[in-house]
Amino acid sequence: MTTQKMTIAKALNAGMRKAMEDDPKVVLMGEDVGKLGGVFRVTEHLQKDFGEHRVVDTPLAESGILGTAVGMALRGYRPVVEIQFDGFVYPAFDQIVSQVAKMHYRSLGKIRLPLVIRIPYGGGIGAVEHHSESNEAYFAHTAGLRVVTCATPEDAYWMMQQAVASDDPVVFYEPKRRYHERGFIELGEAAPYELHEAVVRREGTDVTLLTYGPMVKVSLAAAQAAELEDGPDVEVVDLRSLSPLDLDVITASVAKTGRCVVVNEAQTFLGMSSELAALVQQECFYHLEAPVLRVGGYNIPYPPSRHEEHFLPDLDRVLHAVDAALAY
Amino acid sequence: MSDDDVAQVPSSAPATHEPPATDITDGGPDMVQFLDADGQRVEPGTVSEPYAAYLDDVDDEALRSLYRDLVLVRRVDSEGFALQRQGELGLWPSLLGQEAAQVGAGRAMRTQDYAFPGYREHGVAWCKGVDPLNLLGMFRGVNHGGWDSAEHNFHLYTIVIGNQMLHATGYAMGVQRDGDVGTGDPERDTAVMAFTGDGGTAQGDYNEALVFAAVAQAPVVFFVQNNHWAISEPNDRQFVIPPYQRARGFGFPGVRVDGNDVLATYAVTRAALERARSGQGPTLIEAFTYRMGAHTTSDDPTKYRIAAEVDAWRAKDPVDRLRKHLVAQGLVDDQWLADLDAEADTLADRIRRECQQMPDPPHEEMFEHVYAEPHPLVEREAAAFAAYMAGFDED
Repeated sequence: MTTQKMTIAKALNAGMRKAMEDDPKVVLMGEDVGKLGGVFRVTEHLQKDFGEHRVVDTPLAESGILGTAVGMALRGYRPVVEIQFDGFVYPAFDQIVSQVAKMHYRSLGKIRLPLVIRIPYGGGIGAVEHHSESNEAYFAHTAGLRVVTCATPEDAYWMMQQAVASDDPVVFYEPKRRYHERGFIELGEAAPYELHEAVVRREGTDVTLLTYGPMVKVSLAAAQAAELEDGPDVEVVDLRSLSPLDLDVITASVAKTGRCVVVNEAQTFLGMSSELAALVQQECFYHLEAPVLRVGGYNIPYPPSRHEEHFLPDLDRVLHAVDAALAY
Repeated sequence: MSDDDVAQVPSSAPATHEPPATDITDGGPDMVQFLDADGQRVEPGTVSEPYAAYLDDVDDEALRSLYRDLVLVRRVDSEGFALQRQGELGLWPSLLGQEAAQVGAGRAMRTQDYAFPGYREHGVAWCKGVDPLNLLGMFRGVNHGGWDSAEHNFHLYTIVIGNQMLHATGYAMGVQRDGDVGTGDPERDTAVMAFTGDGGTAQGDYNEALVFAAVAQAPVVFFVQNNHWAISEPNDRQFVIPPYQRARGFGFPGVRVDGNDVLATYAVTRAALERARSGQGPTLIEAFTYRMGAHTTSDDPTKYRIAAEVDAWRAKDPVDRLRKHLVAQGLVDDQWLADLDAEADTLADRIRRECQQMPDPPHEEMFEHVYAEPHPLVEREAAAFAAYMAGFDED
């Protein structure tokens, strides 16, 4: 067993490399994923090491990328597709929702589409329009897709391999502003968690934060700040999987704390936070001491980046919601 | 830039091609044809000549066999229409008029060649060995397509127009990676066919598929059945340059073929498939044909097209055309034709009976196959549904 310290970006790269070594049918496809190694360098060096047939620089057309990946999967390949930025997935929406999600169902289980669709998502990097969106709910809403996201290098490394190994299509959301966060990975061991398992990142007794992706770090910082101020004891649950949800871990935590705040970057209206709030009130009704509160993006288009520090939930907004939950 | 430079900019249409005909029953001088509307063999000119060799091995038996497929496919189609009218099917998209386009293409394919249909490719399905009952079951609402696509190398019908063009291209890219192109082994070299219509050529996915195929030099043949009507919209609402001429702009050859001449569609498709299998890349075939019926059983074409146009195309009927040829050449007699009609009756009887007897699937099956691996939400809802339904039993 060797322990390595690496960034989320490097861990994703290492996870893909391992998957490609393990299975010659794994093929990477996307815009600029080859020589350049992707605009975030997540696929760096992979074309050099595995060749142009396995790391394919595609034409600049997202529906074309997804549609040809479907065809490759029908021929027995396991394509890992990169969408360059969250806001560029919409041209592929039709292929993902109409074809990728439904193929196994409409073929009565005869056709499997083991696709991974990688999407760097979320804001906080001062980007121009269409480069900072959190559109995970569109895909989590669609039956037939699995949707996951990582918050640590360890998860990036293992969840990528698990997503590639899955016989179902997996939409893999990568928190782009956390690409360069470092952490330790134990290589060569079995994955520490199942792909669709939620993980309690910090134990607490007073209130549960349900969060994922880029907001895990913010939520942990909020919990830490509360502790330093002798405030409430905050439990932080990293959902990791958005479809399916790990209802057991979620309900066990809220049943214990009796209070729940959902924290994500996405607009709250009809988003993941809406579904989580509905589920928690349904499953934990008699344990709840307060309504389920939500902290998320405001229900406006993603604003110009000079506004984003106020659009995106931060430590103070999370603590504000925690205080509100405890005030009931 | 000088005026001379401007003058050197080439026109967008290739100089060797005539502009498209305005008479929609006339495919123009670029159209490959071997049998005219009266069933007479046409002496191949410069356009058709390169394909003539692909008919050298079409002997009398092969001609009769092609005719048999045309007749049986037409009969399956008319039975589908009748079953819809009798309330047995929710919908039926008729292929009437397009039999020669589809049978020519389908018969040109080898077993290992993979077809990606739209939803009207009943004739290709027939050639790839898919039981017509499977098509009926889908339009009855029993399932979304019950056949095993890998067994027949015939993908499920795709209803979203154009999606399948990309699937075909991607599949062909997989064929390339498997090394099943250009080996010279006729049992191994594999091509892929993608079917769509004139309306489909306007879709983004169609155009992206042509770009991806050209860039990859993928072994795929795009087969556009230009049946002249995308529901109510004619060709001039879909394109200015016809599909076969546009292919060149994507970087590979395009051919217009008489879609009502099964010899022409067979020869041209064989040539294109051979080109693909040998590693020379994609070809686009535009089969110039006509949708004799409505778009589907839900449509009323009298609201948007004139009877004279339909009559003009009826005179070019693909099935009549080959029968006239067979009769004129003395290749069939009345008894043979009567036997074929009886065979068609038997087929129609069987699929009608089996369609009518097709049971509704048990409702709990709607929860199956959403995912290949276990999914707790689907499992919870399936269990809740079962419990809910069981509640009615207890009453």
